[in-house]
Amino acid sequence: MKCHKIIGGYGEGEALVSHEPVCFYLTDPKTGIVRERSHELAGENLANKVLVFSSGKASSVVQIDGLYKLASNNVAPNAMIVKDVETVLVVSAFIAKVPLVDRLEKDPFEVIRTGDFVKVDAEKGIVTITRQEA
Amino acid sequence: MYLTKEEERILNGEFGEGTQKAIELLVAIGDAYDAEKMIPISRAHAASSGQEGDLYFVELLANGGARCKVPTSTNPVYDIEYFDRLFEIPKDEGEVARRVMEAYKRVGAILSWSCVPYMAENIPLYGETVAFSESSATPYVNSVIGAGTNREAAQSALAAGVIGKTPKYGLHIKHNRKGTVLVKAEAALKDEFDYTLLGYYVGKRIGYGIPVLTGISRRPNTEELINFCAMSNTSGAISMFYIPGFTVEASTVEEAFQGDTPRDKITVTDHELKQTYEELQTTSGKIDFVMLGCPHYTLRQIEEVARLLNGKKIHNDVSFWICTSATAKILAERIGIVDIIDKAGGHVVVDTCIDEPCWVAYRDKVGMTDSPKCAYYRRFKEAIVARLRDCVEAAIEGKWG
Repeated sequence: MKCHKIIGGYGEGEALVSHEPVCFYLTDPKTGIVRERSHELAGENLANKVLVFSSGKASSVVQIDGLYKLASNNVAPNAMIVKDVETVLVVSAFIAKVPLVDRLEKDPFEVIRTGDFVKVDAEKGIVTITRQEA
Repeated sequence: MYLTKEEERILNGEFGEGTQKAIELLVAIGDAYDAEKMIPISRAHAASSGQEGDLYFVELLANGGARCKVPTSTNPVYDIEYFDRLFEIPKDEGEVARRVMEAYKRVGAILSWSCVPYMAENIPLYGETVAFSESSATPYVNSVIGAGTNREAAQSALAAGVIGKTPKYGLHIKHNRKGTVLVKAEAALKDEFDYTLLGYYVGKRIGYGIPVLTGISRRPNTEELINFCAMSNTSGAISMFYIPGFTVEASTVEEAFQGDTPRDKITVTDHELKQTYEELQTTSGKIDFVMLGCPHYTLRQIEEVARLLNGKKIHNDVSFWICTSATAKILAERIGIVDIIDKAGGHVVVDTCIDEPCWVAYRDKVGMTDSPKCAYYRRFKEAIVARLRDCVEAAIEGKWG
């Protein structure tokens, strides 16, 4: 499936889907576990996943520092697929060197489920989804 | 995004790794927004912060030999020596701050360490294209001054300062600057604290958008506008707003909406402001410290504190802080008001802000401030948010409420 490259590179892993915006600062920097209590991903681990989410949130300082700390501890997502991109998210992914794409041919929330195996080739602009039957 | 021959050469690293990394980031942002090309900027403000993500990028540029091409000011970090004498700053935290400040010096930034650089150190003119990060700076520059900036991150603003350009997207395009939500201000807006509450409420209600305010009959002053900007861009993402008649870009409501209809309409009365005020309080009673100057206090606000503190004594159990810029403090010293505040037992401190690790000693304390933004980034346990004069009164009494 085609997509639009924002930050290049290649990453693969199990999909983790968040319909809500994600703030990387509100995760445990050592493990990648989401600490935001009321969040739909509360308790889930971002580490080495392919994060599929609606958008980023929170001030630029905390968002960028948050993803950077995850990346420094090797617990950042391996790739990110986002619906609504904004400047701070681009900067966060750039600094943390996490491949970031948007504009999939189809709505990512319709074609990707948590647990699917997803390959994101941002350089080529291609996302491959393999459904994992529960 | 179309790149000129020179931009291609920067991207290929012909002018060093520092400028290469800077332009890589700008190209990524341009691609994200389908920008057609880059446009020159005249100045930038990097919301430096003394945190690790900030350190990584500014050192990447500094070590790669990059220098700012246009005037680029910096946000508060903190003076390690000063704070080390007062509190014990963890060694690794202090080292991050020291390296951040040193790296901004190496890239040739204006070391303002101020969150209101548009007041003195780096002032855009009407119609200029700039790249200003920092919550109050982005909307102030767009709306009050009438220059054009996107809601930048520290790093994208620094990259723009180094290259002297930014991708043409967002608020650099006229039709993206149109109002989206009509805000009827029916509340009595008496002072800067009312504008603080108004900003906080509007940001929270709208989230992302460009409010157009009506019903304001008195020209808001500088501090009222600064507070509205800082709070609306903290509780929400408000990069721009209009008060037709008082802000510069549109003289009528119709012009602010560029002939379109508002996507939404909201009304703000005294009731909403009161409710906002009440929601901000997490405690009452005994206080451990007062923190003013988020955003950095202007000279006029420092004068007001000095007037209220003149001849009085701050309670023994209360620490009293005013954060401001080095520029404002020089003038405050010159006119003798820092002396008055010192004698009362307060501190006027420069180059820093509540969102810095230097305040580690207050983690378990009760703080009082006139800024919901200060309370939001709470590096302390409980918060009371009230007017400047109430904060001073509580500092003298040792308690509030």
